[in-house]
This record gives sequence, structure tokens and C-alpha cells, in this order.
Amino acid sequence: MNESAAPPVSLGRIFRVFALIGVTSFGGGIVAYLRHALVEKEKWLDEDRFMAALEISQTLPGLNSTNMSVIVGRQLRGAAGALVAVLGMVLPGAAILTALGFAYVALRHDPKVAVILTGVAAAAVGLLLQVTLKIGWKQLIRPKDLLLVIVVFVLVGIFHISLPVTLVTLAPVAIWMNRPGAEKEAA
Amino acid sequence: MSKIVELINVFALLSLLAVGGGTAVLPQMKHETVQTHHWVTDTQFAEIYSLGQLAPGPNMTCVMLIGYEVSGVAGLIAVLIAFFFPACLLCYFVSKVWDAARGSPWRDAVQRGMAPIVIGLMLAGCYALGKTASYNPARDWEFNLLTLAIGAAVAVLLSVTRINPALTIVGGGVAGYFLLGS
Repeated sequence: MNESAAPPVSLGRIFRVFALIGVTSFGGGIVAYLRHALVEKEKWLDEDRFMAALEISQTLPGLNSTNMSVIVGRQLRGAAGALVAVLGMVLPGAAILTALGFAYVALRHDPKVAVILTGVAAAAVGLLLQVTLKIGWKQLIRPKDLLLVIVVFVLVGIFHISLPVTLVTLAPVAIWMNRPGAEKEAA
Repeated sequence: MSKIVELINVFALLSLLAVGGGTAVLPQMKHETVQTHHWVTDTQFAEIYSLGQLAPGPNMTCVMLIGYEVSGVAGLIAVLIAFFFPACLLCYFVSKVWDAARGSPWRDAVQRGMAPIVIGLMLAGCYALGKTASYNPARDWEFNLLTLAIGAAVAVLLSVTRINPALTIVGGGVAGYFLLGS
């Protein structure tokens, strides 16, 4: 692969760019922030390479945001670049969460704080449900996929089958159902 | 010290199991931390998760607060590293060789096959959180109706407007203060 001839980006710059993404992104819409910063503003990747990196990030385990940081950081400055990119992505939010967490532990038994936390948790369920439906609607309207969604939900959600067992048994089946040429054979 | 080792073991495994983003690992995480190890209660788990929605950055960073509950600052740091490092390391090495598989039709098969599994896991995560956060059997029906309504209002609001998700969480807290008190 041809790396560009431009001078290498400094580690400090990588950290600052990812920290800015980390501190401005809220509520899971992190891909949009990444695209804006990395493709449009810094021009570190073109659209194709961004999509390729995103594809790997979504397929591998781990958070999409930190996987993207690893891949882009590595492409810019190798292992050190990957490290500072992940630190930039995670540390600002972690610092704010540490402060929130200390306040939470100190105050959660206060009845006024307890009802606020109950409202916050009730709202978070609504947020998670909306995000799930937004990314999952394609799967929910394909009968073959919907069946798998229901099976996974019942196994893990109702019967508490462990995640490793679920993945080891269902992932090969799911991948085989979508194997190359499967659609044509069925047609 | 042994608690720290247990925390690291649990969260390092969860890190590698987090297919399709962190949310898919929620039901397993709740099971490990609440039912198996009794590190936090049902309610604390839901509250810690929702604190994660209030802070910027990856929302699963909130798992470090479970470490804080168990072993203080050392637990917090241990969980932060255990939850992020294994998956990042895997991504670092796999992404280096990934391009070799470019154009293989099996890559598409993996992606399309895993998508419904991830959605099923996310729905199970919703259910695991909602079981206490939206419908708490220890409360009366009026209280539960209100918590369910707060969740529904957030879901609808996010679907029809472009409101910042963190604001809807703050709104849930405000609604809790005025509606759920006394």
C-alpha cells in the first residue's frame, strides 16, 4: 500500500484530534464525528479508506470508536500512533465519568438524588432501544434475520445462556446462512 | 488484590466478546457483575450505564465505575485497562492483515451473518436494563407507568428530532425529580 509522501503527523496532534472527538461526541453517534474530523477536517483518510477502517472496526470485537482510533492511529504513526489515538478517545470521557462516579457513590442514597437517577436510568433504556431499532431495522424486516434476532434475544435475554456459548454455536450458522452464493441458490 | 484479578479476568473476556460494539455485551456483563459476582445491584448497574450516557466519548467507558464500586481507584483503573486493551490489541494486529482478505465474499457473509446476532444481543441488553430501570416489581404500578413513559418519550423524541441524546438523559433526570419524588 502506498503511504502518502506528506510529513508524518505528530503524536501530539493525533492525541489532540482524537481527544477533541472524544470530548464532543455524545450518545453513540461517534461515527459521524469521526468522519467529520478524520476525512473532512484533517484529511488523514479518503472516504474509501474511512469506510474500510469502519468495516474492520464493526466486524472485530471491541468498541467501534476505539477500534477506529487503533486503525487510524496505526496508519498514521504505527503502534505509538494507535496508543495515543485510543488514549485521546477514552481519557476525556473517563475523567468526566470519574467525577460523576465519585458524586454518584457519595450521593446515591439521598432520596432526591435517587429519584433523579431512576429517571436517568429510565431514559437510558429508551435511548438504547431507539439506537437498537435505528441500526437494526434492516434485520428486523428480513424474516431470516428476524428469526435469528429472536433466537439470540430469547437465549441470552431470557435463559441467560452465556455469550461465548451463544456466539460459538450461532455465529457459524448465521455466517453459513449468508455464505457466498446462498441467495442465488435459494432463488 | 484477588478482587482486582477477578475484575481484570471478567472485563478482559467481555472486551473480546464485545462483537458489534460495546452494547451487545451488556446482558453478559450484567449477568457477570450482578448475578455471578454480586459486585453491584440491578439498580446500580442500570444507573452506572446511564451515567455513561451523560459523559462524552465511548459510552461503555462507564464500566470502570463498576471497578470503582468493587475496589476503589485501583479497581477503576484495572477495569478501564482490562476492558479496552485486549480488544484494541486484537484490532491492532488483525487490521494489519485484514487487507489481505479484501474482496473475499466471506467477509460480506461474516458481516451479514453477525448483524442479526448483534441486534438480538442489543435487544437483550435493553431488556436486562429495563427489567429494573423501566419496570421495577418492587414499585407500584403508577411509578412503573412513569418510568416506562420516560423511556418511551426518549425513544420517540430521538426518532422524530435531532436532539442531542445526552440532553434526553438529563431530561429523564429532571422528569424523575419532579414526577417520581415523594
